[in-house]
Amino acid sequence: MRQPLTLKDHHHEHRLFSLRLLVAVALVLVLSLVLVGRMAWLQIAQHSRFTTLSDNNRVLTQAMSPPRGLITDRNGEILAVNRPDFTLELAVEQSADLNDTLDRIRRLIPLTDDDLERFERRRTSARRPWEPIPLRGRLTEEEIARIAVHQHELPGARVTASPVRFYPHSHLFSHVLGYVNRLSAEDLDNMTLAEQRNYSGTHYYGRTGVERYYEHRLHGQVGYRQVETNARGRILRVLEEQPPIPGGDLRLSLDLKVQQAAYDALGERRGAVVAIDPRDGSVLAFVSRPGFDPNLFVTGISHKDYARYQQDHDHPLFNRALQGRYPPGSTVKPMLGLAGLDAGVTTWERTIHDPGYFSLEGNPHRYRDWKRWGHGQVDMEKAVVQSCDTYFYDMGFRLGIDRMHDFMIGFSIGEATGIDLLNESEGNMPSRQWKRAARNAPWFHGDTINTSIGQGFMLTTPLQLVVATAILANDGHQVVPTLAADETHPPRRPDIVLKDPQNWERMKHAMEAVVHSNRGTGRVMAKDARYHMGAKSGTAQVFSVGQEETYNEEELAERMLDHALIVSFAPVENPAIAVAVMVENGRHGGSVAGPVARQVMDAWLLDEDGNPSVPKPLARPPIQNALPAPVNTTAAAHSTRTAAQ
Amino acid sequence: MSQVDPVRTTDNGGHAIFRTPVATRLHLDPPLLAALLLTMLGGLAVLYSASGGSLDTVVRQAIRFGGGLLVMLVLAQLPPRTFRFWAPLVYGVGLALLALVILVGTEAKGAQRWLSLPGIGRFQPAELMKLAVPAMVAWFFSDRTLPPSKRNVLGSLVLIFLPTVLIAMQPDLGTALLIAAAGLVVLFMAGLSWRLIGLAVLVLVVAAPLMYFFVLHDYQRTRVDTFLNPEADPRGAGWNIIQSKTAIGSGGIGGKGWQDGTQSRLDFLPESHTDFILAVLGEEFGLIGFLLLLAVYLVIIGRGFFISWQAQETFSRLLAAALTMTFFIYVFVNVGMVSGLLPVVGVPLPLVSYGGTSIVTLLASFGMLMSIHTHRRFINF
Repeated sequence: MRQPLTLKDHHHEHRLFSLRLLVAVALVLVLSLVLVGRMAWLQIAQHSRFTTLSDNNRVLTQAMSPPRGLITDRNGEILAVNRPDFTLELAVEQSADLNDTLDRIRRLIPLTDDDLERFERRRTSARRPWEPIPLRGRLTEEEIARIAVHQHELPGARVTASPVRFYPHSHLFSHVLGYVNRLSAEDLDNMTLAEQRNYSGTHYYGRTGVERYYEHRLHGQVGYRQVETNARGRILRVLEEQPPIPGGDLRLSLDLKVQQAAYDALGERRGAVVAIDPRDGSVLAFVSRPGFDPNLFVTGISHKDYARYQQDHDHPLFNRALQGRYPPGSTVKPMLGLAGLDAGVTTWERTIHDPGYFSLEGNPHRYRDWKRWGHGQVDMEKAVVQSCDTYFYDMGFRLGIDRMHDFMIGFSIGEATGIDLLNESEGNMPSRQWKRAARNAPWFHGDTINTSIGQGFMLTTPLQLVVATAILANDGHQVVPTLAADETHPPRRPDIVLKDPQNWERMKHAMEAVVHSNRGTGRVMAKDARYHMGAKSGTAQVFSVGQEETYNEEELAERMLDHALIVSFAPVENPAIAVAVMVENGRHGGSVAGPVARQVMDAWLLDEDGNPSVPKPLARPPIQNALPAPVNTTAAAHSTRTAAQ
Repeated sequence: MSQVDPVRTTDNGGHAIFRTPVATRLHLDPPLLAALLLTMLGGLAVLYSASGGSLDTVVRQAIRFGGGLLVMLVLAQLPPRTFRFWAPLVYGVGLALLALVILVGTEAKGAQRWLSLPGIGRFQPAELMKLAVPAMVAWFFSDRTLPPSKRNVLGSLVLIFLPTVLIAMQPDLGTALLIAAAGLVVLFMAGLSWRLIGLAVLVLVVAAPLMYFFVLHDYQRTRVDTFLNPEADPRGAGWNIIQSKTAIGSGGIGGKGWQDGTQSRLDFLPESHTDFILAVLGEEFGLIGFLLLLAVYLVIIGRGFFISWQAQETFSRLLAAALTMTFFIYVFVNVGMVSGLLPVVGVPLPLVSYGGTSIVTLLASFGMLMSIHTHRRFINF
């Protein structure tokens, strides 16, 4: 088959080619414009956005945590300090095989399941890449050396030193100092934005006690450091630095010597001792036993240690001095007596006959005195010295619950004392309104009679008892217990003014007779004393133990015994210390709690040679009106452990 | 034209070679050469910064440039008919080597692209085809009437897609597409009818999604996914493109200054001295730097098109236009991918990116352009 012969038409072909060339040139120009447009969009329109992204890449703002303020006692003894803690950190991105690296580390130093669990949690939560994650703290010298030797096998691993809170006195101050532990996401959630910023470099947060209450003073101001890093997180240079402002040191009114005396005097018994200086509200000793080791909590308490504390029947984590609600028993008789005197329902001269019980007219029920056969003829002073129940039944009944309630509130019974600690229990000063609201029941005469001897619905904390005692020792002048040596907190209530101020002196002398007369219930306490003191003992009846708890019979029997209480102050003529002691199941206030209070007083009122020497009160600043303190909330925990009949 | 033509100066019969400039005697095209050297010099400056001040890298790149220029010089001496003569043979050998690569090639980065030749070292046959395919298609059309008949179009398509498919099987889809483009440009310049072009575009639009699901490998699909949404995996697949856009965008109009680009200096920008070197340029020299580079590129391309327009026979014309257009496609694809307009394909920025055989191939193609331009015959009437 023949094809038609087609000759190449060169002229036509060149014209066609030129046309196509023109199209190609046009295409090149259009596509070039597209590229220019794209680049211009990135470099002009989006310039600031990408500048930010670029800076975010390279500039890392590191928060620098301020060193936490130290805590000392009134004499400068260190109670809380910061110590370097060596921590092994791991930048997981630098480790090609994380499991392999972890295995190698495990062969060098022990890692607990807690360590690994915490590490895993922090590894998988939101964080900046290349940022090292702490794996194990509290490295010993030997462990650090072992890691250093094998460093080349552990890509991304490094040992860093960071300050960690340390409480050199361990158990001694556990309940009053409290402790710091790891700042949690929840803590941050509860903060304002400014606070969150200030905590951006902080790892620890005051959790309980003074550490919690004065967190704002101890923490300080965060510092910042802007550094330039490369893509692998290596810091190349520091661009800008604003150093942190260290937290303020905190001097407490506590006295190591007095605290130690209280702690030792209580011994292994469960109980609480609180001592304050009535002149300035200084808290001299604040002990609740058993205590705990606050150092265990700082870097994260192990499950085992925490379970041990939680399951202990003696509740070492429970702050008995601040939150334990106990019937005050006879310890409040001096205050109740003053209420009766001031209301005019009794006088110092008035006597009653005590047959060993009190009963209301037309009612056969007998309210028994602790002394079965009675005290015979009793006046106010004898009623206080020998702790005659019948006298107070009679007086209280005639006084009535309303006047009793209003007067006792003045002693902070049933109200918070305002100490600079959180979660203070308010105890309970019963009233008609309270019983209506809490029990939905009317007030009965029997309730009044029980309240007259500090039983019934009346509940106080050891702290409230010591404050009430200090107010009495101060002739009604209010005392706000204050741990910080340089703060003055305004009184929460007006001073108590008696119609006859002489009653203060006479009541204090009656309390002096409790310890210094040979019929007094607290006479054991004043043996060989170099100064005169006033006191009032008491016992509080235990009515139930927690139902969820299991005790063996012997233990149960022991835990049903009365709590021993005593309140005291000294010297009588010019009181410089008030002490309240509560010994759980201690049975006898005078002979068990009394000697404890005496040792606390001696520690405060005697010098090194055993001679009386009253220390000067602290020079506190004048009252500030605004209370910087966070809101106090009442903790009802453990309130069922003890109560009145 | 400022250039003195050697033929014209000797038309009196006298051998006046001493009167002709060196460039002419060496069959070089001064405007093209100047633009190429300018690009290379600028490229070395950017490379110095992109490699973190590594003089070693710059020297090795300069040596490669030297080798490429040598190849360019050699090719420029050969008359275009030599290329035309050898085109079928080189194409055939290239095809055979591609088949060999599939069978016995050396694997690198999950793809078989290299052929280890004893004594010579590793060699990428696909690189050879970047020149052989347009030359072969130009050869195919050189004796046929244009615009091509449907039969000839079909024939040329076979020539184009045989190597394309072999390269795509390596798998190296990016190079395959570039080589197909080089061949298709020849077809377009030869006068492929607009109706067929329209049809091809239609088929491509329909086939693209099908390709995505049935032809592409997983890693290629990831690249497309990343292109469509780089934020889906900002620290993984999307990292490159996010960081390169950040580098370019943060450069602004004037740039951060030479060696002051934080993105590349602090290693946030991967591949900063190879495929993504444009991001370094954009960051350190800003929009102005990019426009300058583009201007020089357009001078090269314009000169290339001029050479093809001036070429005297079909083969030279088609080859020159195709090589020039291919050069532009490299520029467009690289800038497009680095700035986030196109998916990431491994295409270097011509004469700026560090590395490899691509420099030699590129300069070889410019050698051919110069040959085409300096071997024209002039007939005086």
